[in-house]
Amino acid sequence: MKIPHLLVHDHADNVGVVVIEGLKAGTQMLCVVTHDNSSFELEARADVPIGHKVALRDIASGETAIKYGEDIGRFVADVGKGGHVHVHNLKTKRW
Amino acid sequence: MASRYSNLTFKGYRRDNGRVGVRNHVVILPVDDISNAACEAVANNIKGTLALPHAYGRLQFGADLDLHFRTMIGSGANPNVAAVVVIGIEPGWTKRIVDGIAETGKPVAGFSIEQNGDLKTIMDASRKAKEFVHYASELQREECSISELWISTKCGESDTTTGLGSCPTVGNLYDKLLPEGIYGCFGETSEITGAEHICKERAVSPEVGELWYAMWKAYQDDVIEAHKDGDLSESQPTKGNIEGGLTTIEEKALGNLEKIGRTSRYIDILEPAEAPKSGKGLYFMDSSSAAAECVTLMAAGGYVIHTFPTGQGNVIGNPIVPVVKITANPRTVRTMGEHVDVDVSGILRREMTIDQAGDALIDMVVRTANGRNTAAEALGHREFVMTKLYRSA
Repeated sequence: MKIPHLLVHDHADNVGVVVIEGLKAGTQMLCVVTHDNSSFELEARADVPIGHKVALRDIASGETAIKYGEDIGRFVADVGKGGHVHVHNLKTKRW
Repeated sequence: MASRYSNLTFKGYRRDNGRVGVRNHVVILPVDDISNAACEAVANNIKGTLALPHAYGRLQFGADLDLHFRTMIGSGANPNVAAVVVIGIEPGWTKRIVDGIAETGKPVAGFSIEQNGDLKTIMDASRKAKEFVHYASELQREECSISELWISTKCGESDTTTGLGSCPTVGNLYDKLLPEGIYGCFGETSEITGAEHICKERAVSPEVGELWYAMWKAYQDDVIEAHKDGDLSESQPTKGNIEGGLTTIEEKALGNLEKIGRTSRYIDILEPAEAPKSGKGLYFMDSSSAAAECVTLMAAGGYVIHTFPTGQGNVIGNPIVPVVKITANPRTVRTMGEHVDVDVSGILRREMTIDQAGDALIDMVVRTANGRNTAAEALGHREFVMTKLYRSA
């Protein structure tokens, strides 16, 4: 298998994790779902550092972020498919 | 049922109480903060000894004092310790710690400073420490079954790669070795927040799950709700976590919980620094999520090897327990590889499976048990940090 750019834990997830250094906007990313090693492609819409998340589809503010098939917080800004997801658009529902 | 892990052995130090250690330290243990100087002087006089200076031990009371004694006695009683010299400002609490450690059957002696002064105390304690070094250095390692290992875990400076790689690697070790009869331990009470519904279900029974949930909820109510002054997002996740791509405590907690694998279930919960009493299996210890505090508490509970997944590169070690570092983050391997014992970054490249990574970690744990110094040991990381529950009287 070619080295993936992005890993996704679960098919229910709406975010994935960049797993290579130096990802540039416009890269056609090879994305692998670790649950069953299935793959798909997605264009990165931003320069995203290793370990940071990318939206797998267009997401509206107020929606729930899903990773590991579980709720990891609430989006507080819109983010487009392939966009960078982090503290600027995603907040905890705790604390 | 025998598995390919059943016949694994290592060479350890068998202690009088039947427990097996993987290190052979002679510890100089201060009862309190003001006895640190004498302990460090003894450790300087007598080569092959190890002082464990710390910040507490005066005017504590109630559950906080109980935890202090449990941590002191548990650290001295740990099977990685061959013998202990205890030094306190006065004889009362010194004797209490000496008596607690003596229950293991190992050599232990106490000295107190009042009416002697530092210099006489240091001389007397140094003579005893020298005896203990001669004793310990003649002890031999002997072949022991993998089932005699007590292995704890806690992750630190986590990022999204810990949930993808290094934490599932530890989980795979537990899924393979808990059925062989090892003792396991995980904890970090606050860092289960967001995955508490899953953690509760991973108890061996609904009753144990309810006990776990009550403990987790008590921390939420009594500590977080009582003391927070706004959003905890400045502390949890940490700045390092955020740099590594973790955004929320829920995301961090779900990755954290990967350390208990797919099939493992915890059989009981432990107070901080409490030794297991329900037999072999996996335990949850009510513990701080700060690395040095958590590893110190688990060592005091009797665990002899610690597995430590990290993403961004937490450099922690412990003076008496070898801390095995595992990372899946290729940037961390590249920029601070001297801290990494097991590189599982191949998981992210899909060149390594979790099963292969688990086997690589088991191999490193056995080598560490046999005596290989970990990265943290070689680099001199000896973070011994006591947990304090509230202000002293």
